[in-house]
Order: sequence, then structure tokens, then C-alpha cells
Amino acid sequence: MIRFENVSVRYEDDTEPTLRGVDLTVPEGELVLLVGPSGVGKSTLLGAVSGLVPHFTGGTLTGRVTVDGRDTRTHPPRELADLVGTVGQDPSAHFVTDTVEDELAYGMESLGLAPAVMRRRVEETLDLLGLAELRDRPIATLSGGQRQRVAIGSVLTPHPKVLVLDEPTSALDPSAAEDVLAVLQRLVHDLGTTVLLAEHRLERVVQYADQVLLLPEGVMGSPAEIMAVSPVHPPVVALGRLAGWEPLPLTVRDARRRAGGLKERLEGRDPAGRLPHPAPSRTGAAPQAPLSGLRPVPRASTAGGAGFPARTRLNLSLFQRRRTEPETPTPLLHVEALAVRRGRVEALRHIDLQVHAGETVALMGRNGAGKSTLLSTLVGMLAPTSGTVRVAGRAPHTTAPGELIRQVGLVPQEPRDLLYADTVAAECAAADADAGAAPGTCRALVSELLPGVADGTHPRDLSEGQRLTLALAVVLTGRPPLLLLDEPTRGLDYAAKARLVTHLRSLAADGHAIVLATHDVELAAELAHRVVIVADGEVVADGPTAEVVVSSPAFSPQVAKILAPQHWLTVEQVEEAL
Amino acid sequence: MIQKTGPGLSTFTAPEASRANALHAGAWWLWALGLAVAASRTTNPLLLGLLVGVAGYVVAARRTDAPWARSYGAFVKLGLFVVFLRVVFSLLLGSPIPGTHELFTLPEVPLPDWAQGVRIGGRVTAEQLVFALYDGAKLATLLICVGAANALANPARLLKSLPGALYEAGVAVVVAMTFAPNMVADVARLRTARRLRGRPTGGVRAVLQIGLPVLEGALERSIAVAASMDARGYGRTALVPASVRRTTNVLTLGGLLGVCAGSYGLLAAEGAGYGLPLLGAGLLAAMAGLRLGGRRTVRTRYRPDRWGPRAWLVAGSGVAVAVLMIWANAYAPEALHPGVVPLEAPELPLWPAVSILVGLLPAFVAPAPKENA
Repeated sequence: MIRFENVSVRYEDDTEPTLRGVDLTVPEGELVLLVGPSGVGKSTLLGAVSGLVPHFTGGTLTGRVTVDGRDTRTHPPRELADLVGTVGQDPSAHFVTDTVEDELAYGMESLGLAPAVMRRRVEETLDLLGLAELRDRPIATLSGGQRQRVAIGSVLTPHPKVLVLDEPTSALDPSAAEDVLAVLQRLVHDLGTTVLLAEHRLERVVQYADQVLLLPEGVMGSPAEIMAVSPVHPPVVALGRLAGWEPLPLTVRDARRRAGGLKERLEGRDPAGRLPHPAPSRTGAAPQAPLSGLRPVPRASTAGGAGFPARTRLNLSLFQRRRTEPETPTPLLHVEALAVRRGRVEALRHIDLQVHAGETVALMGRNGAGKSTLLSTLVGMLAPTSGTVRVAGRAPHTTAPGELIRQVGLVPQEPRDLLYADTVAAECAAADADAGAAPGTCRALVSELLPGVADGTHPRDLSEGQRLTLALAVVLTGRPPLLLLDEPTRGLDYAAKARLVTHLRSLAADGHAIVLATHDVELAAELAHRVVIVADGEVVADGPTAEVVVSSPAFSPQVAKILAPQHWLTVEQVEEAL
Repeated sequence: MIQKTGPGLSTFTAPEASRANALHAGAWWLWALGLAVAASRTTNPLLLGLLVGVAGYVVAARRTDAPWARSYGAFVKLGLFVVFLRVVFSLLLGSPIPGTHELFTLPEVPLPDWAQGVRIGGRVTAEQLVFALYDGAKLATLLICVGAANALANPARLLKSLPGALYEAGVAVVVAMTFAPNMVADVARLRTARRLRGRPTGGVRAVLQIGLPVLEGALERSIAVAASMDARGYGRTALVPASVRRTTNVLTLGGLLGVCAGSYGLLAAEGAGYGLPLLGAGLLAAMAGLRLGGRRTVRTRYRPDRWGPRAWLVAGSGVAVAVLMIWANAYAPEALHPGVVPLEAPELPLWPAVSILVGLLPAFVAPAPKENA
């Protein structure tokens, strides 16, 4: 169906070609997964199938790409529109019209299909993707998962033979991602559609793939073969490699069937004692391994109290003053009965939350549950409608920005929003000035977190992971004891994610409190001492990671699913225990 | 269509709005333009207020929750601003209206001789302020009528009624228009993000510093949308014989030239004789050109809005208001334009007021949007 013959792509200013000598054949009706670290040309390869590379992006393509016998050299993207459906990384940049039904029909209108045919296909697609209730809704009012489904639906209606998707689940919560993948699998099975997709979160997709294409090597093979050698792989594969399972399991189900022996070996060992980053509340003193560029944050004594329920504290405080409880330290972040309204929508309702120094808390919940709103309230971007927020004793929305950044820092979902300057050096100088830090503080942090970035680099030319790290360094310049991160692993490959995890652990060990909102269950398992699940603007679960995550099928990491009922969360824990 | 349970009164009440019975966007525009024409025929503040009330009531009764429906409030604010501006200018620059009721005197700025006839500051009379107020109110009402059409009719739907040859240009315009709200959202996002860097979020410097990232973002988004449109078949053309293409060009160009020459002839003093036929011929040729040009596009239309009886009623009510007001100008001119010199209190003339109320018809016949829980 898709053939690449010795294809190389080079963009104008680059010295190195982005793709080099790719030869591959994708047969009809297969779901092919593209894996590889960031920057190896996955998006370029996908773009070459739809003809957007090089017709739209520029650059030089040598070799030959044919889709169903049509050469992309002679067919611009619009002449391939009936054959190839493309959904890019950001679904909102994909929409041309403003309501769901019109969007589904747009592609067919361009191709000139008969009105009766269009009507039938729109109804079919609405059912296929479960969009029937949303048909009259303006697209601007949809959630991320709904948008992704509309975007896929809008390219499905012309019945393309090939579907090309670039990170279709990266912005979605686990259950929305499963919905989207289930739809893709149905298309492959029922309609024989050929699907080519790139995705960083392999734990979500690898079990659906018929073939896996590994870049930059350009090898294609069955998922098990490729995963055995691939540098990027999901936790289930890592556990399989560790335990020496043969053939390598790709699904949690396969792995669980073979896990009997491993479970016996792990029986009686305590995962909590082997946390690579003990929670301060459990062990008292955390290992002191400060980053050299950072001064450890002065921390309160943390004996007990982290898991203390807020309600009880409220009752106690009615009878005795807080100061008379010497064993309960003042939390760094104290949120009580917080409610936030945005227009007529109650985004948050009666939120109670406490975070102590040195603690890492993961905020989880479906798209639109109120995680980002909560983080915005904690940095004073939104004022609470009722209730109180105290960060180190201050109310964030009334504190002057210049003072606040020394108490709390947020790395937003789009780290680019934080960066204004033309060069990394200028960005660092500005950050020093903003935070009132000694000149060179930020640059030292950048060099430590992000070695090998030149002063003159434009922030836009950095990769997704590098940009995130730069934003993190900018935020850390003010040495805030409380650090907030919104979806930090969106678009990061496993290597970048591993580096981020290392940074955040050493920050927590220094006594920083970290709150991260994430859909990435594996990240939460590796980092968080506590998980707080938010649904519909309310906290529905709050407790130690192992307990919260293992009891919830949507939010449990793969290792926990395989080794249930034992409380293991990460491959690292298992490795240390063995 | 919604199934009726039985004959009776329910047959005449408006059905719940859905895609199938959506009112033609053109009907809403005709209705609003009718009200606007009526507004342009009177300076009576009571009648103008009545028009605003009618438009506001219909909007409140029939608009949806869609983002474009929220523009009504913005138009009302713009209208109030226009009134305010008109009064301020009248205060500062004076007015040719002769008045006897002097309210106060502003210090007058002495101007050189060559600026004769221009005055800054000076005497302010009640007549002049009332005149400015009436005039501003008229403009504001026009704006509010346009705002009502904007809130009730989806602009993209109106596009579907364009001839095929113009559709693609129309899509480009609509997509371009969506960038204004997107950019406003970007500015708001980046301004709050400045807080995270510990910088003040207001002030000129803040706007200057985020200007470049906002423009960059807008540019990137427009390229992404263009790529998506291209990959989805935007701009696919059918093969047409060269002769048809050439005829199209000749007809369109010739037609437009004819329209220009014709309208010049109509407006100029000596050309009235050939003006009208030339204008007609030009229009015909241009329409034929557009029709022929439509053959090049392969696109079809998905569920275009139908012009049904309800659309006739809505559009008709707007046209009726306009016609009745024009007629009212003939039988009661003094009631529609209350005197300013000498100053007199405006009164509400019965028949013109009744004819404005005809504009309320859409609030009863147009399909009602779903109640949101």
C-alpha cells in the first residue's frame, strides 16, 4: 500500500538529512507503529506519505514514495486527499469549520461526493466514533479527547485507504486514549484500513501494532522482535527483559501469565522500603544529594503529618491552636475548601490539599477535570471564588509576582509560553533579573540540567524536551520551595523522560515540594509519593501512590497490573529488590 | 424533523432547533437588515429603544450557546461607546445646531485664521447635546441590529449559500476571521504566563514583549491549518476545457467592467440614459461568469440550510418593519423625527411603534434552541 524506495529528506538549512535511505513497504490493512527517540524524523516520514513533505514543508526529497501506486512527486496533497487521511500532533490546528457535523463533512465536500453519500457516511462515522451526542456542538467547546476523535472522524469520512497519525494519544487521559486506539483497531480489522502512527507512549499502543518500524535504523518487524532490541520500550517489555521472559510479552495479560515465578521471588519483600526516593513522611530524613547549582531549601521537620487528613485538622483547630501541635509541621502548601468558578462552570469544588516540603504529589484525572485550574490557582493566575490557598503562608493571587516566584514556580503545559527571548543566554539573563538572583544562576542551572546547549541557540530550535528543561531552569532560578508542573511529559521520548525524572527526584531530595498534573501513569509511579485524583472539580482520592494507583485500573502502571496484588510500581523497584 | 403527536396548537409552536430545521442564515440577516433600515429612518429615541428591545428579545429567545452567539454583548457595548463618542465630539467641537438653552461654556481654544469654521470648546447648548444623543442612538441601533444577526446566524453557514466559484475564497476569509479570537486568547494566555516569570502582567511593556510570540503563534497556526486544508482536498479542481475557462474570464471581467461603467453612468449627471441598461447587462454577464466558473470546482454541499416557510416568515417580518417605517415617514414625519430646535419631548407614535413590534415574529416562529441543563 505504501512504498518508500531509498527515500532521503533534507530541509534547506540542515547539513544532515532528516531521513536517509529509507526503504520500506507497508502492506494493506496493517497497523504500523513508528518508534524511535525524538528528532529522528518520525513526523517527516509521516508527512512524506501524505505528500505534505516536501510539497508543503519545503526541503528536498530524493527517492520515491508511492501510495497505492500514486507517486507523491506528481500528486500534491490535495490529489491524495481521497487516499490518505492525516491527523497532526495538534488536533485543534486541524479544524476548518466550527461544528462537529460540518467538520466531518468538510473533506467529503472538497472531494465532491454526492449529498446522499455524505449524509450516510457522517451518520456512520458519528456512530463509529461515539460522537452522535456531540454532532451539533461547536468544536471550541469540546475536550481534548473529543477533539482528537473528531479529527480522526473528519479524515475517515472520505474512506481513505491509509490513515496517518502523529501522536494521537499524547494529550489524552488513559481512558480517552484507549477509546481512540480501540477505534483505530476497529478500522484496521473491519475496514482493512492501513494505519501508520507515531507515538512516544508505547505502553499504550504497542499491543495494537501488527508491525513496528524502528527509526533511525529503518528496520521493520514484528513488535516482539523489535521490542527485544529497541532502545525505547514500554515498562512491560523492560520487566520482561529483566525477568528473561521468552518470547517477550507485549501486553499486560501475556506478562501476567508468566509472572508467577517472579511474584514468588518477590514475595515477602517490601516495595515501600525499596522506593528509590523515600517519601519524607516515611523515613524522616531523605538522602541529601543536592544539585550543585541549587541551595537546599530550608525544610521543616517532616516527622509524620503528610498523610494527615485535612478534615481532622480542621476539627482539631477548633479546639486548639495549631502552634500547640508541635508534631504537625506547617505544610508548604495549604488549600482549604477551595472553589473556583469560571463563568457559570464550577471548575473546582471544595478542594482540600496539603503538600509538605520534600513531597512529590501527582494530580491525575480525566481531561477537563480541573487539574490545570488547580495549578493556576496555586500560582495566583486565578483567584479562588471561595476557600483559602496558602503557599508558604501567602495568598498567591494577592502576592506581587516578583515575590511569588520565590515561593512557587509553575512550568505550564506549553513551556514555550514562558520563553520570550531570542537566545538561551538572553533568556537566562532575564530570568536572573526577574528572580533577583545573582547573574549566572540560571545559566549554571541550564548547563547542569541541559549540558551542551550553546548560548546563542534560539529557544524555538530546541527539542520539546530541551525546551521543557530550559523552562524548568528559568523557573528554578527563583528557588521556589514549591514547584508545579503541568503535563511535563507530553511529547517527550523515554530518554528525555528519564532525565526529567532524575532532575525532579534530586529536587525533591533537596526539599522542594513538587506537584505535577499528568496523564502519564508511569511517570506518576516513578516520581510521586502521593497521588491525588481529581474528578469533576473534586478530590476523589488522596493517598500514597501504591495504594491509590493499584486500586484504580485506569491509573495503575503496567508493572502494578502485572504484579498485582503486590504493590510494585516500577521496573526499577523490582530490579533493586531482586 | 420533530414528530408531532397530534394536530392542534402544538403544530404552530416553534419546534426545537436541530441541524435539520435550522433557519437559513440569510433569513436572519434579512430580518436584521430590515430592522437596521427601519432604525436609519427615525431619530425618535423611543422608537430606537423599541427596535433595540425587539432585537434583544429575539436574540435572548433564540440564540444558542455557540461562541459566535456571544458577540451580541460586544456589539451592545460598541453601540454605547458610539453614543458616548458622538456626545463627546459634540461637546468639544461644537455643532451647527443653533440653540437657545445654554447649559455651560467650555474654555475655547483660540485657533488661527486659516482654521476658520472649526471650533474647539465654547458654548454648549441643550439642543446640540440632544441632537448628538439622537444621532448616536441611531448609529448604535444599526450596530446592535448587525450584532443580533451575528449572534443568531452562524457566519460559516451563510458561506454555504455562496455560489461555488466564490466558496473557496469565502472559506479563506472565514478561517482568517477565526484568527482574531485565537490571537486574543493567545495574548491572554501569554500575559498570565508573564506572572510566572515574576513580571507585571499589565502595561505597555507587557504587550510589547508578548507581541512577537503572539504573532509567531498565529503564523504557525495558520500554516498548520493551511496544511490540514490542503491534505483534506481544499482547492481540488475539475478539468474544464480551455474554451470554457476563457469564456468564464471574459464574462466575469466584462461583467464587472459593465457594472462599474453602469453605476458611473447612473451617478453622473449626463449618463442616466445608458447607465441602467449597462448596469443590468454587466450584472447578468458577471453572474453567468460566476456560474460557469463554478464548474471548475468539484465540491458539493453537505446539508445546506433550506429556505422554508419559517425562513420566509422571519425574513418577511424584517422586511415588513423596514417597509412600514418607510411608509410611516410619509404619514407621520414629525413623530419619527422629534424636533430639536425648538426642543420638544419625543412621543411614542402608535402605528410606527406597532409596526416595529412586527419584528418580534422570529421569537415565536424560529426553531427554539435546546435548553441546556
